[in-house]
This record gives sequence, structure tokens and C-alpha cells, in this order.
Amino acid sequence: MSDPAPVQHSVRVEVRGLRKSYAGQAVLKGIDFTVERGEIFVIMGPSGSGKSVLLKHIIGLEEPDDGDIFIEGESIHSSGVADKYRLAMVFQSGALLNSLSVLDNVGLYLSEHRLKKPEDIRRVATEKLEFLGLKGVRDRNPSELSGGMKKRVAIARALVIDPHLILYDEPTRELDPLMTVTIGEEILNLKKRTQVTSLVVTHDRDLAFGVADRIAMMFEGQLAAVGTPEEIRRHSNPMIQRFLHIDFKNTDPKENL
Amino acid sequence: MFQNVGEMAVLLWRTLQALPRSIRQRQKIFDQLFEIGNASLLMACILSLFIGGVIALQTGPVLTESGLGSAIGGLVGLSICKELAPVMMAVLISGRIGSAMAAEIGSMRVYQEIDALRTMNINPIDYLVLPRLVAITIALPMLVIFAILVGWLGGGLVAHYNERVGLSFQAFFINLRLVVELGDVLNGLFKSAVFAVVIGTVSCHQGLVTIGGPRGIGRSVTKAVVNSIVLILILDYFLTRFLLYFEE
Repeated sequence: MSDPAPVQHSVRVEVRGLRKSYAGQAVLKGIDFTVERGEIFVIMGPSGSGKSVLLKHIIGLEEPDDGDIFIEGESIHSSGVADKYRLAMVFQSGALLNSLSVLDNVGLYLSEHRLKKPEDIRRVATEKLEFLGLKGVRDRNPSELSGGMKKRVAIARALVIDPHLILYDEPTRELDPLMTVTIGEEILNLKKRTQVTSLVVTHDRDLAFGVADRIAMMFEGQLAAVGTPEEIRRHSNPMIQRFLHIDFKNTDPKENL
Repeated sequence: MFQNVGEMAVLLWRTLQALPRSIRQRQKIFDQLFEIGNASLLMACILSLFIGGVIALQTGPVLTESGLGSAIGGLVGLSICKELAPVMMAVLISGRIGSAMAAEIGSMRVYQEIDALRTMNINPIDYLVLPRLVAITIALPMLVIFAILVGWLGGGLVAHYNERVGLSFQAFFINLRLVVELGDVLNGLFKSAVFAVVIGTVSCHQGLVTIGGPRGIGRSVTKAVVNSIVLILILDYFLTRFLLYFEE
């Protein structure tokens, strides 16, 4: 029998030597980093750099070819560890079940595992929705919600699990700048209120520097640097500097006349 | 292809292992049963009415001219309950319900809903496959019972009203009762239950292995329907051969 889960609402996560290839093509080329308890750790990098694949390994959706992931020093592949620590993931698209109402989506974990009575599940799910500023949407279908609302419902669904670790996969993708700020504030609020460890994968520079305690820069399946936002800003690696400072320039010749 | 068969066998085995937990999924099973019945009952009845009718139409005049007109009831009765109702209903259900299963599970796979279930420690087999497989295995034999009865009625109607046959309802059903035994009906129901397991397994498997976007879902739906029908027709021969041992 495994020991009961610790009382604290956050865990320390260590990723060691993680490697993964698909059809002979290396996607993760030996990833090492540690996320401390209660930290917001952001992995930033361009599209296709392997960020989402890394997240899927941490939540247990993918098996690594080599390397391991440890939560509080225990490998997630050891028996009982997956039940001992509650991990939640907020997917890029929200991944809400379209066959269920918003309320049923949020209460799904509790109802499927029969952890509470139906009326308690409805109450808890409503509380979580209200916590994220979502009122009057509980009976709607996910397809009737905007992108930002879907993301917040997905966060509410993750919160119902009362997680030790929340993983966010591109939480601001396809959102307008105002909603990006709202989602960023929610991530910060959650940390303040629940002390949960958060791991955010994004290519959104504003979000990363707005919420991160530490940032890891990822390029082509490898971490190029790990540090505080200030350290990353001042990093000498030209790839990082290019990623952080590249801006769209209008090169229309008429402008230069 | 062999990999697919192996994966389907594993899926079926895991679903059978999950069977004791079906009581927890009873609401979803009822929902699926309603879905299958609601979508298919009327179509099943219309199809069977005409199948029964066409057999009477094809065989009636020839048998009547040979002085064997009274045998139409037994012929229609046996062919409907042992062969045509189970096979035609299975084909109908693989088109209407198997395709829907593959499309729904396939879109859940593509849009990461199944990944979301797994991150919540909800087993997709318990949540998605088990209710569908149990429901279709109950619903298809029930539809076949309707199909048999309506098929017999169709045969009787054509035998009675077609001027080249002109057999009374009474004569049709007396001969049918003489020839068709309960075992023949059970034979057809057993076949339909096996076909239901095939449709459920093939369709859920195709849904679960869907990759890509909407085109991937379309491909899965086509494969689910085509593979189900091919397997049903091949299995039908071997099941018939197997069931003949019990009749000898």
C-alpha cells in the first residue's frame, strides 16, 4: 500500500533524461529540469519544438523511450504513484466533452469516480465555475461557448480534481489579448489561492513573462536555457534573443519611398 | 490487417473484463439503447417488410405452379429468421449505428477528449466502449425479433395479395408454424448477437485509432462500416456451419 498523499497542495516534479522518437525522428532529445513546489514553471519555445509532447509524458499519456519523471522523488511509472498524486491538464483546445453540459464536464471526475453525491457534485462544480467567473453557463453545451470560456471551463474541470500539479498546454492559443490577460490572471490567482504547482507550455511571450517564476526555453527537443524571467531576458543565446525580440516589420517598398 | 484484428481482439477482451462494471454504466447503456432503437426500429421494420415480400414474390409463383404453394410460409419463415433478418439487420445497424460510434469516438480522439478522460483516470473502455458494446448486443437481437415478425407479415401479405400466388393468410402461417421451430428463431438471434459484438468492436476500435482531423474521422467511419459488413458476411457462413451441428 502506498502512503497517503501529502497534505500540501503542491508537488516537486523532476524530469530526467527524457527522450522520445516517433518513426525514427527524435522529438525529445534528453530533457532535464526540476519544478519546485508551488512554482509556476513555463516552458517556452516555437511551435513543433516538442513542448506538448513533453507535457503528455508528464501527465502519463505517452511513454518515454528513455529517461523518467519523478513526483516528490517517486517515478510516475511506479505502481500507486498515479493514484497518490492528483495531476490535471488543461488542453490546448479545452478538450471538453461535447456530449455533456458544462456542469457535467466540470463534475465528470467526481461523478465517474463516485466521490460525492450528485447534488454535492453539482454544488462543487458550480462553485468552481463561479470561482473562474463563469455564471449562467452551467447548462450550456461546450460548443456554445467562446474559446476563452472553454479554456476557463477546462481550468474549472482541472480544479475539481483538487490537483497537486496543473499542466497547461498552450492556454492562450487562439485567444485575443484581453482573454490572454484574463487566463494569465487566473493562473496567478490559482497559485495564490491553492499553492498548486503549475507547469505552463506556451509560445506566448507576454504570458510567459507575466506569470512565470522560472522559464525554460525549448528548441528542437532540447532545453536551451532555464532561469528566472530576468535571466532569460538577458541570456546570450542568439536563438533565445531572436525568439524574444523578433517583431513583424512591414517591408512594403511603398513605405520606403 | 492482422494488427487490426489483434487490436480488436485485445479491445474485446478488455471490454469483456470490464463487464462486471457495466452496472455503473447503466445510464449510458440505456441512453445507447434508446439511441439505437430510436434510430433504427422504423427502418428495420420497413426493410423487413419488403424483404419478406420479395422472397414471397420470387418463390411464390414458381412454387404455386409446381403445386407447392402451401410451402411458401415455411420457406419465407425459415429464410427470414435464420438468415435474412440477422444479416440484413446487422448490415443496417453497421451503417446506422456502427458509423455513428466510429464517428463519435473518432472525433473524441481527434479533439483530445479521450486524452482528457485518461488524465482524469477515467478508462475510455469503461466510459465509451462498454456501454456501446453492451447496448448493441442487447438491441440488435431485439431488432431482429421485430424484423422476423414484420418480415413474415410482408411475406404473408404478398403471398395473399399477389394474383399469381393467392395463398390465404391462414395457409401461409399454418405452414410457417409447421416448419419453423423455436430453435430456428434462436439460431437467428444467436447470430445477430455475434454480429452485434463484431459491429461494436470494429466500430469502437476504428474510433479509438482515428488519427488526423475530419478526414481521419471520415476514413474511420468508412473502414468501420466496410470492415463490419465484410466480417459479418464471412462470419455468417462459419456460424451457419457451426450451428448446423446442433441441428443434426
